[in-house]
Amino acid sequence: MSPAPLAQVEIHERTGEGCVAENGFCPGWIADNIDKYWAPLLEHVYLCVASVGIGFAIAFTCALVAHRQRWLIAPFGAFFGALFTVPSVAAFLLLLPITGRGNTTAIVALVAYTLLILFRNVTTGLRGVPEESRDAARGMGLTDQQMLWRVELPLALPEILAGLRIAFTTTVGLATLAFFAGGGGLGEQIYSSRAGTGGIYFQSNVVVAGGLAILLAAVGDLLFLTIQRLAAPWRRTRPA
Amino acid sequence: MQAATLEFREVTKVYPGASEPAVDRLTLEVPAGDICVLVGPSGCGKTTAMRMVNRLIDITSGDILLGGESVRTKRPVELRRHIGYAIQQIGLFPHRTIGQNIATVPRVLGWPKARIRERVDELLELISLNPDEVRDRYPAQLSGGQRQRVGVARALAADPPVLLMDEPFGAIDPITRDRLQNEFLRLQAELRKTVIFVTHDIDEAIKMGDRVAVMKHGGKVAQYAVPAELLMDPADEFVEQFVGADRALKRLALQRVRDVDLWKVALVREGEPIADVRARLAESDIEIPLLVDASGCPVGWLSERGLAGERVQRRLRSPAEPLIELDDILRDGLGRLLAEESMYGPVVDAAGRVVGVLSLEMIAAALQAPASDVPSAAEMAVK
Repeated sequence: MSPAPLAQVEIHERTGEGCVAENGFCPGWIADNIDKYWAPLLEHVYLCVASVGIGFAIAFTCALVAHRQRWLIAPFGAFFGALFTVPSVAAFLLLLPITGRGNTTAIVALVAYTLLILFRNVTTGLRGVPEESRDAARGMGLTDQQMLWRVELPLALPEILAGLRIAFTTTVGLATLAFFAGGGGLGEQIYSSRAGTGGIYFQSNVVVAGGLAILLAAVGDLLFLTIQRLAAPWRRTRPA
Repeated sequence: MQAATLEFREVTKVYPGASEPAVDRLTLEVPAGDICVLVGPSGCGKTTAMRMVNRLIDITSGDILLGGESVRTKRPVELRRHIGYAIQQIGLFPHRTIGQNIATVPRVLGWPKARIRERVDELLELISLNPDEVRDRYPAQLSGGQRQRVGVARALAADPPVLLMDEPFGAIDPITRDRLQNEFLRLQAELRKTVIFVTHDIDEAIKMGDRVAVMKHGGKVAQYAVPAELLMDPADEFVEQFVGADRALKRLALQRVRDVDLWKVALVREGEPIADVRARLAESDIEIPLLVDASGCPVGWLSERGLAGERVQRRLRSPAEPLIELDDILRDGLGRLLAEESMYGPVVDAAGRVVGVLSLEMIAAALQAPASDVPSAAEMAVK
């Protein structure tokens, strides 16, 4: 790979070290510059949490509506599926004229991608509730609301959390493209030389920024996995 | 809560788009505290009939009265909270502990926590489970039989006057099922709920029911009667076929040996004066004296030679078999006689002492007894 002279020069001038000049993996440089990554990382976390949070609110509401009105499952699914198939870079660029550069555009696009996964998992989870539990609940005089919150949602919870897990990890990856829309995040560090850490042509930078993204995904994954296990103690029991 | 009478009045259910009713002008009255079994082949409308009681299914026409009040006047949710509901698949909530499962209805009724806790423990004890052991377990940690009992306990939680049970013991192995049936009958003897019990198994119907409604396709009742009458006097060919060719034998299951007048038998002991024995023989229903030991337990049937001398000698023509117990049901008594190829056999009490003789003739006579003399199994459990 031939380094871009401009970036190379910038870094070279700033640090003046051989390793950097040779575009290698430079622990020294990383140690000196690591503080430049905190802000983008936090921005990235914000993008992901906000997107998954908003996406969940929308998908969950739609799934609950579709739970009462079954015929809505197909159209909702088709719509979210269509959103999911829009190429991600295109989505960021398509939104630019509407929402302008910045966080909003990035979040709108990211939310759109979480909808299908979250909607599917909530619906599947609710559909997986044993019919006999539902029959017993109704037969004992639980209202629809009581049945939903006391029986159906708790039983669907593992599936719902699994959806959040997938949505979060996917979003962490997609959010690296948010900088196309001016959304910031680790993508800015990875791709752009404007961030002041050398951009895509400087290996140390790519390794650190990319590594942080992977780490974020892993932490999120682990977090949801833990919640999933804590939230469903009955699944861990074995016949006595 | 006091049991309530339950009355079906011309209850009809026609499902949308169906040409024939699923339940057709069903009319029957269940006295308070009785178990009424709805039995019939699948598709006969028995479950539909049951589910109209708590309005899980809407009534097309007619009415169901619970303690004199129409179920149609109440909000379904309110109505259901005061009707126990137990189903074959049990439907325990897998994510809630046994205690929480049982507490379902008391919780929606807003009982105070302490009272709910007390009630849960009381019910667990009632179904012979140790509260401290089971309360905090999840359903998956219990055996099928235990889960079924918890299902019944949950249905009883708010002490409803009426209980609906849809094949509650259907998915359980025969041995456990038998135990659960007996356990429920004992429980019912104490609780005296009005129970609608749905099953497709005629043996279960006869065992569990104070009254049995045999239903046939199209949701019509072919016969509504006490079990003995159903067996002795089937209303039509359908009922006759449904109760089976062995209905006479089934009827014998409704009576115990202690319920029939046993034959008197001359009991003799070794060394007794023959004259006494002769006097006793004259009074007994059977010509052969039965030799017993000092405590009254049977030794064997005495031969002629045993009576030849001045005193009774231990000379046997045959052993005292089969031994029949007072608490045996007549069907088992018959079984024992047939197994030993014997016309009669001594009946002993719990201590093993002879109290009389049961014969094939008597069993045949018992089959002729009017239905009113034959108790239902549910009544037998109370005794």
